[in-house]
Amino acid sequence: MPRLVDPEQDSDLGDRLCDRVAEAFAQRTPLRIVGGDTKAELGPAVCGEPLRVTGHRGIVDYQPGELVLTARAGTPLAQIEAELARHGQMLPFEPPRLGPGATLGGTIACNLSGPRRPWAGSARDHVLGCSLIDGRGQRMRFGGQVMKNVAGYDVSRLMAGASGTLGVLLDISLKVLPRPATEVTLALAIDAHAALERMQRLAAQPVPLSAACWLDGRLYLRFSGAPAAVAYHAGCVGGTEVAPDFWQSVNERSHSFFSDARPLWRLSLPTCAMQPDLDGDWLIDWGGARRWLLSDAPGQWVHERARRLGGHALRERGAGADNERMAATDPALLVLSRRLKQVFDPAGILNRGRMYREF
Amino acid sequence: MDRQRDELIAQLRQVLPPDGLCTEASMLHAWECDGMSALRQVPWLVVLPQTTAHVQAVLRLCREHGIPVVARGAGTGLSGGAMPHERGVLLSLAKMNAILDIDPLACTARVQPGVRNLAVSEAARPHGLYYAPDPSSQIACTIGGNVAENSGGVHCLKYGLTVHNVMRVQLVTMDGYCLELGTETLDSPGYDLLALAVGSEGLLGVVTEVTLRLLPRPECSQLLLAAFDDVARAADAVGAIIAAGVIPAGLEMMDNPAIRAAEAFVHAGYPTDAAALLLCELDGPVADVIEQTGWVEAVLGKAGASEIRRARDETERALLWKGRKSAFPAVGRLAPDYYCMDGSIPRRRLADVLQGIAGLSQRYGLAVANVFHAGDGNLHPLILYDANQPDELARAEAFGADILGLCVQVGGSITGEHGVGVEKIDQMCLQFGAAELACFHAIKQAFDPDLLLNPGKAVPTLHRCAELGTMHVHAGQLPHAGLERF
Ligand SMILES: Cc1cc2nc3c(=O)[nH]c(=O)nc-3n(C[C@H](O)[C@H](O)[C@H](O)COP(=O)(O)OP(=O)(O)OC[C@H]3O[C@@H](n4cnc5c(N)ncnc54)[C@H](O)[C@@H]3O)c2cc1C
Repeated sequence: MPRLVDPEQDSDLGDRLCDRVAEAFAQRTPLRIVGGDTKAELGPAVCGEPLRVTGHRGIVDYQPGELVLTARAGTPLAQIEAELARHGQMLPFEPPRLGPGATLGGTIACNLSGPRRPWAGSARDHVLGCSLIDGRGQRMRFGGQVMKNVAGYDVSRLMAGASGTLGVLLDISLKVLPRPATEVTLALAIDAHAALERMQRLAAQPVPLSAACWLDGRLYLRFSGAPAAVAYHAGCVGGTEVAPDFWQSVNERSHSFFSDARPLWRLSLPTCAMQPDLDGDWLIDWGGARRWLLSDAPGQWVHERARRLGGHALRERGAGADNERMAATDPALLVLSRRLKQVFDPAGILNRGRMYREF
Repeated sequence: MDRQRDELIAQLRQVLPPDGLCTEASMLHAWECDGMSALRQVPWLVVLPQTTAHVQAVLRLCREHGIPVVARGAGTGLSGGAMPHERGVLLSLAKMNAILDIDPLACTARVQPGVRNLAVSEAARPHGLYYAPDPSSQIACTIGGNVAENSGGVHCLKYGLTVHNVMRVQLVTMDGYCLELGTETLDSPGYDLLALAVGSEGLLGVVTEVTLRLLPRPECSQLLLAAFDDVARAADAVGAIIAAGVIPAGLEMMDNPAIRAAEAFVHAGYPTDAAALLLCELDGPVADVIEQTGWVEAVLGKAGASEIRRARDETERALLWKGRKSAFPAVGRLAPDYYCMDGSIPRRRLADVLQGIAGLSQRYGLAVANVFHAGDGNLHPLILYDANQPDELARAEAFGADILGLCVQVGGSITGEHGVGVEKIDQMCLQFGAAELACFHAIKQAFDPDLLLNPGKAVPTLHRCAELGTMHVHAGQLPHAGLERF
């Protein structure tokens, strides 16, 4: 049974949005898809007429016993998380909002996940299905509201992280999970090298870890689960207990680390990679898999170091040549990606240039 | 005799080692079907590459000659996905079966596609790690096949499907390019082509190497068995466990015919008079498991279980699982033939759908045994029939098609984990509209412009659906025996 949580504000603008996109397709008008506009800074600016999707909002279906929630793309993340919390559940990927207006659609389009990512999976991992408008103004539906579904190619997961360049998300079904009964965050004073080693060792052991981060000479560990297990494992680690809002400050980038004039780099590395030889300040998150760097080092160096360690880098913020933002894509992959863009958006009108400079 | 074939064979010999090619008619029968044995086709010829470079060379040659290619792992697929093409090359990955690297620090395994699923966990065991997705066929099925089907297993509710446990795939496309999809990190730049490749049923490219995520073995596991004298009550208990905030590592259900068959087959000590049985496994830190075991037992009691049993030790736990994992062969002994279905539904509709299946069973006059991954709403009705009786196969197929129709009707899917293959290509028309199907074809074309990889599988033509659509209205059921399927 559909349950509209907020009948005052909920509305289905699906048809209207389809018409808008179809019209833009006919006239070859580039569109900039705008939700809460909280993530504009995460990528290159998009030129185009704004296509506002925040009006298309509302939780369409939520069955706590099914562990599935379906909501329109413009639904505020805050509304979804509040509704889940009322039933003792959560979005396991702990998405950052990066602003009060954050919507579900933007979160999925950017595939944003928080500190729990290494243990719970990414936003993409929790997508079960979606409906979307392609670049011709056609409405399509992929995946579904069930946990297992292997009919057809997995287009709904392809949409996660495609930054709206392959379609305008209309509604999204997600797998949700019960909230852990308890969480404890501990801090230990150790250096980056020792912290990486410690995080690796913990990752290979069956401990109820749900976040691991190093910053400013301190390793932060969060344990989640039943009280007895959390108390036991926290006891083994030692350290001092700190307030849980530390995680929010890292996830939302409100921590003072992020207010710095230097360019901000995001390095994705294998957890066992050593610290790259680059000058600057580091924040190690995701148990070592994500490393933030504030540095004036030349972009080419950063990309080169990340590549040599089996990973890659992305400049999230700060000046520098535009082509140094991300490393070059393998030419064969680029050809294929361009073909996929043509499949979904033949006129190239959706968030052009947001994902790949070339299209 | 066949000039094109001879020419291709001569060229293949130049790029493959001597034992990399099989052309003898008497041998080719070994590859004529996969686990869906009702669909058979002797391959034109078979190649057995040993390296990624071999695969690239074979695909380039086949593309030049316009020859279809069907990839094959262990051939345990249940939807005819690996069924050969009558004028195509069957590309077996059986010889690419090396575990290239287990990295106990990064918790990853890098493997060739022909590695058996269980072999990964066996190799990881000394490091206290394992590979979570565990299809019941895990002794035999390959990682390449798992990736192609996005296979699941009994532990998927908590640990996810193949797509959640694969970090990186090397995919060779029909033009011989070797693509790296995904990375050994937790987020990869660009479009998520890995998501498209997983579950693509061998239509987009050939998987030649995979990096898998390994997990630490849980500190402890506790298996609970609960018997019910009413199927609907067992179905409700499944929802109640999850509503209580517990995510079991596995939550499986069997109905009475399946219980009796499995018991006769492995003597697991199942209660053979129960209408339904639940197997609920809890794992994690000891303290968590102890606490949750108590909760679940209380929920099961309240849900009306007639018996609740804890596996006493690791031996009993393994035995109870063995009964479940052997359910297919066990049911296979009840009748000359069985037809394994694979639909998924919203969990809360379990009781209704079971009732629907029972009704259909009566209407078609064919018995059915049910096993499910109940926790994630994935049904496996096993339809019993005798292929030697006139029209029983056709009746079984029609019965199966109706079950899938029922799944779609309640908001589910025509396949939870076995894939579409040849078997369910008609039911794709029930689940998707013309726009989505056209989109699938366009994706296929982006990867494989000449449509040479596993042609005629997984996605029906719009024409075929239109034709079926009209027939569907006339006959009231999907006719699909004896019709060509593309
Ligand atoms: C008794 C039994 C129990 C089963 N239980 C389960 C279960 O619990 N869960 C589940 O999900 N499945 C189950 N299956 C189905 C089957 O085992 C899985 O689909 C398995 O992943 C197939 O692997 P395979 O190596 O046998 O692949 P095949 O059957 O050889 O091939 C399957 C498909 O994958 C393609 N393919 C194979 N290798 C490659 C490659 N390297 N690159 C590209 N494409 C490739 C083929 O073209 C084909 O389309 C079961 C089957 C049996 C017989």
